[in-house]
Amino acid sequence: MSIVAEGRATGEPESAGAPLLTLRGISKHFGAVRALNHVDLDVPAGHITALVGDNGAGKSTLIKAISGIWAPTSGEISWDGTPVEIGTPKVADQLGIATMYQDLALCDNLDIVQNMFLGHEELSHRLLDETRMEIVAKQTLADLSVTTVQSVRQLVGSLSGGQRQSVAVARAVMRDARLVIMDEPTAALGVTQTALVLELIKTLGARGIAVIVISHNLNDVFEVADRIAVLYLGRLVSSGPIAEYDRQRVVELITTGRSADDPPAGTPITDTEA
Amino acid sequence: MAFEDEPSGADEGRPQLTDIPGAASAEVDSDTPVDSAAPLELAGSFGEYALSLAKKVRSGESGVLPVLGGLVLLVIVFQVQDSVFLSSGNLVNLLVQGSVFILLGMAEIWVLVLGEIDLSVGYVAGVGATITAIMSTTHGLPWWVAILAGIAATSAIGAVWGALVIVFRLPSFVVTLAGLLGMEGVLLYLVNSNGTGGTIRITDSVLNDLANGNMSTSAGWVMMIVAVAAFGSVTFLRDRHRRVSGLVAPPVTVSVIKVVVLAAAGVALVLVCNTNRGALIPVQGVPYVVPIVLGVLAIWTFMLGRTRFGRYLYAIGNNAEAARRAGISLGWNKLWAFTLTGLTAGIAGVIYASRLGSISNNIDGGTLVLYAVASAVIGGASLFGGRGKMVYALLGGLVIATIYNGMGLLGLAASYQYMVTALVLLAAVTIDSLARRGRTSGD
Repeated sequence: MSIVAEGRATGEPESAGAPLLTLRGISKHFGAVRALNHVDLDVPAGHITALVGDNGAGKSTLIKAISGIWAPTSGEISWDGTPVEIGTPKVADQLGIATMYQDLALCDNLDIVQNMFLGHEELSHRLLDETRMEIVAKQTLADLSVTTVQSVRQLVGSLSGGQRQSVAVARAVMRDARLVIMDEPTAALGVTQTALVLELIKTLGARGIAVIVISHNLNDVFEVADRIAVLYLGRLVSSGPIAEYDRQRVVELITTGRSADDPPAGTPITDTEA
Repeated sequence: MAFEDEPSGADEGRPQLTDIPGAASAEVDSDTPVDSAAPLELAGSFGEYALSLAKKVRSGESGVLPVLGGLVLLVIVFQVQDSVFLSSGNLVNLLVQGSVFILLGMAEIWVLVLGEIDLSVGYVAGVGATITAIMSTTHGLPWWVAILAGIAATSAIGAVWGALVIVFRLPSFVVTLAGLLGMEGVLLYLVNSNGTGGTIRITDSVLNDLANGNMSTSAGWVMMIVAVAAFGSVTFLRDRHRRVSGLVAPPVTVSVIKVVVLAAAGVALVLVCNTNRGALIPVQGVPYVVPIVLGVLAIWTFMLGRTRFGRYLYAIGNNAEAARRAGISLGWNKLWAFTLTGLTAGIAGVIYASRLGSISNNIDGGTLVLYAVASAVIGGASLFGGRGKMVYALLGGLVIATIYNGMGLLGLAASYQYMVTALVLLAAVTIDSLARRGRTSGD
């Protein structure tokens, strides 16, 4: 664990060379239920991939396979071009995959610094090094342009929804996450708060971090995402640069799994984006 | 939701955003909830500090102020009723009476922070004291061996409760309720089988002096000066370290005031204790139990506030799932907390037996544990976990000891003591709950 990685915080997302995360033929069966059926997906670094689909389409199942909650029944996951087995959340953590569920896993009775370092506190002489942690936390928040918190010593319980998201994201960035997965990050937020979080997601992409965002809100998706992947009944029916989609097409894909001008489902994505 | 905290609103000159690099590039609306203005941590001067402290109190984070106020009120009431109350002899007596409540309260804090409870500490303390007494009086072992044996036993008992709670996922309320009953039985068995008629006397002079002996007057002063100097240097060094590192530290005035108040309290304590309170032969000096309680308080405060272990207890007490996902071992940390509860109860037991000069089979461990929980809660700890400090037990314990002692002086029966303690406990939780309701609800 080290401080904010400065080297990769450069502007333009590289156009997809080797994707950071590659899923090939991922299936997950629960008994007779096929929650995921041969899903192929590429997640490039520096891009924001929106994962959309109706309830029960398999979004959460897919996320859990990537973040090590459960192993897929079959299929292959590659990380940086190397096949990996993500059997536990700890493995995901070590690879640099940070997953943020809606509850954000924050402790309301601890302040921002304490939450950001929870489980990974900096020590000096075996005691908590509060000064150092506070400096790093502040710097990380500043790097992410999170400017709305007055003090990093505020209790997280006193923060607004958007600020809480910011803290969770900053924690992931501080721990050198290379892929940040966010489950409905704007679901419970008002307009201002949503704008804050979307801005934060863009910042992550600009820093070269791969982001997967699950969202039901197509406004958010079209505002923030570079790429989109649509799940329908466990199959990945379409994916590609967001420029190739419009709202109408995405809605059709989500609700019927088909669209008039759609390439065949399950095709590995070839990135045409500049 | 009001957007009152735009960077341009930094009109009061407090360093709210300016100390975060890149703040000028704020692209998004500020969305700080109302009422969280001027965090205490950012106050640059004494005036701002006082203002934000007042604000914090109004918004429900009053800390120890209500219980301190309550304590002062009780002292005034009892002093008006009976001028003996503030005499040296009575105050020292009160401190010694309170020490057992304070220690048991501190024992309880370890598990309360986790959102657990230990109902057995009263009888566990009794069992520890009995083992110490048997080791010392019956077997003639050295005092320190006797104490270690007693405390080791209570620590092990605490660990057993913890293991049952963790391994079998049992509610700590039930496990330690069983513990309360079981340990009463163990206590009766141990005391009765000693064959000394239901009472084991403490004959070792060191053991007796723990609660009944006094330091020399000069040793009292030295202790006080060392304690204040240690607190002062820790405070100032930490503030300096923060300033050198470019962080905001409390205004120097505030730190000076804190140290001066502590020094004044220390001088008052030593002066009171060093006054001759003997009737025939001179009795003076700070009771040994004072440095014992303060030492335990200091070490426990340090563990809870400055180590990973302490931090994890707060995290688990508030959001166990978040702690688990952060890679924190729930089991081990809980086990240690229960063990420390047992250990602290053991220390309380030794002091209890020392004060009475004996341990008997009619010790009321049930009332003791209720006083222990009441001490912690009156001080400000939450039964729901995630909130509590060791100093809460000190203040709450003093409140209970004051009631106990003051009502005793007034010659009021135990019935009144219990009723008044009940009212104070209710008042404490009510004030806390009302204060919290006035607090910002976040989002």
